[in-house]
Amino acid sequence: MSSQPVIHTQHLVKVYAMGANQVRALRGIDLSVAPGEFVAVMGASGSGKSTLMNILGCLDVPTEGSYDLDGERVNGLGRNALADIRNRKIGFVFQGFNLLSRTSAVENVELPLLYDRSGKRLETRRLALAALDRVGLSDRGHHMPNELSGGQQQRVAIARALVTQPALLLADEPTGNLDTRTSVEVLSLFQQLNDQGITIVLVTHERDISAYTKRIVELRDGHVIRDVPVAERRLASDDLQALDAVGEVV
Amino acid sequence: MRALVLIKVAWQSILKNTMRTLLTMLGIIIGVGAVIVMVAVGQGAQARIKEQIQNLGTNMIVLTAGASNQGGVNQGAASFNRLTVENVDTLRRESTLLAAISPVIFAPGQVIGGIGNWRTHVNGVSTDYPIIRDWAVSSGSFFDASDLRTLRKVAVIGQTLATNLFPDSDPIGQEIQIRSVPFKIIGVLAAKGQTAGGEDQDDVVLAPYTTVKNRLAGRQFIPQILVSTSRPEDLPAAQAEIKAIMREAHRLASWEADDFTVRNQTDLAETAESTTEVMTMLLAAIASISLLVGGIGIMNIMLVSVTERTREIGIRLSIGAHGSDVMTQFLVESTVMSLMGGAIGILAGFAGARILGHFTGWSTVVSVPTVLGALAFSASVGIFFGFYPARKAASLNPIDALRYE
Ligand SMILES: Nc1ncnc2c1ncn2[C@@H]1O[C@H](COP(=O)(O)OP(=O)(O)O)[C@@H](O)[C@H]1O
Ligand SMILES: [Mg+2]
Repeated sequence: MSSQPVIHTQHLVKVYAMGANQVRALRGIDLSVAPGEFVAVMGASGSGKSTLMNILGCLDVPTEGSYDLDGERVNGLGRNALADIRNRKIGFVFQGFNLLSRTSAVENVELPLLYDRSGKRLETRRLALAALDRVGLSDRGHHMPNELSGGQQQRVAIARALVTQPALLLADEPTGNLDTRTSVEVLSLFQQLNDQGITIVLVTHERDISAYTKRIVELRDGHVIRDVPVAERRLASDDLQALDAVGEVV
Repeated sequence: MRALVLIKVAWQSILKNTMRTLLTMLGIIIGVGAVIVMVAVGQGAQARIKEQIQNLGTNMIVLTAGASNQGGVNQGAASFNRLTVENVDTLRRESTLLAAISPVIFAPGQVIGGIGNWRTHVNGVSTDYPIIRDWAVSSGSFFDASDLRTLRKVAVIGQTLATNLFPDSDPIGQEIQIRSVPFKIIGVLAAKGQTAGGEDQDDVVLAPYTTVKNRLAGRQFIPQILVSTSRPEDLPAAQAEIKAIMREAHRLASWEADDFTVRNQTDLAETAESTTEVMTMLLAAIASISLLVGGIGIMNIMLVSVTERTREIGIRLSIGAHGSDVMTQFLVESTVMSLMGGAIGILAGFAGARILGHFTGWSTVVSVPTVLGALAFSASVGIFFGFYPARKAASLNPIDALRYE
């Protein structure tokens, strides 16, 4: 595994112009994430977590500072180059799932492959089914999003993020719309994927969730105020078993 | 490969919104259908007129009194000369190219005979008339030169008269009275059908022009002289020759304009054709307005659809679609919808033209160029009216689009 960081930012600043007012959402973020890391970005609402994630995900561009993704300088690239990076190097998971409605699970997962310009991935359907298999939904490929539970929809979204085999998986409050048990299921999936070598950065404001990651980065008012490894890392698979046991007693 | 994928994406999107797709297509279906039906009616009329002008006779030239005022300008002559029997004789004598010549004297009149009476046209003509009009008798015989010379009161009647006045008997040898003058029927003409204007050509009585002139018309001039050549190639030369002879006969000075008009069948066909062409274009233009409205309908739906699908666009952009991919998708969607609408519209137009033809008796022609034109036009409508919404979709910012509620 190379020692080159997957994410390397220097003094990231993001200023939103709201008419006369200016909102300084990020005020100089220096962050490095090495391959194989599993990072939780925490902080109060409005502290800049989503803004940071959008820049890391190449969905938005910083006002100042530099961002290298997988050794490639990203800031300053054009619209289409950024789109290609999103397609090839990044898998993004949203709080609201963001699946196409009236489009089957497997077609949703297939979508990034359709926009792959390398022309290398021809067996899009097979790759999409394989990704669904990885998230444990191989039997739900033909289901529409509204026929799936929230947890299942989020797993479809994760499969879509994985299907291009990206270097980095970004998730902005992926469990925000899910109940506790489903949240633990999703985290269990993230831990599995991380064990397979995928670098993950996820946003959460729940301590319980961050306990499943390996490192916590805390933001306040656009600054990093804490950056610590997780001392006692929990295993989501154990907690799932415990939850099941409680369920049986009740 | 990429194009195929984008067409597939657009196609899926079309299928996912059946109702919206159908409503959008409806405008184009009606528009294209209307254009097809209108053009079919126009071209049907054109085809029939062409056929009927061919049916007028072979290699025919029509000479009428008065200056031509084609193009709206009446090149009025200093003196106005009518056509006369002397003109007919002069032409027959001096022309080298004419195979047949006949004056036509029109005398409308009530005909009494057989089982009742019948209002019809009585035309005084010469013995050459059947040659010029390519119109033979189906029974009996046409009158001959001696009938003409002796002003004999004989008549050849058209099919319409034969069936209406003599439904159960043979008209040959029977007597009819035209404005109280008794004529003996010596022949019945073969059926000729309708003229371009819808006039029944078989509703006619032909009689020696000498007799008609003396006994019925009372006018000494001739409204029309029909001439024919033996070969179609001779027509232009014959026309020039007639012009020269007539100018001399009317003693026109070189600076004076013609006080008569010489037209051949081609001229007649061209006039009629240009009239119907204008009619066809007018009909098509009116129908095109509904196509335009259909196009605006597409634009409307596509604009609504871009707003409604902002999130979808955001999702596509966020997973790596280029603006151009989104633009292509929307353009393909609008083009496919209008093309499908066009195709269905063509079928509807076909059916509509058939049904219209069935109930009105008009002949309708749906030609290949019309169909191809309609398809091309509906595709352009899709591209043109889909362009603005598609560009709007493509220019969205992924973050803003994703955040859109
Ligand atoms: N598009 C925007 N326009 C203006 N201000 C914004 C925009 N997005 C975020 N902000 C502001 O930036 C700050 C950080 O927001 P955000 O990154 O969404 O925080 P978090 O995700 O931690 O709740 C907030 O004060 C928010 O109001
Ligand atoms: Mg947020």
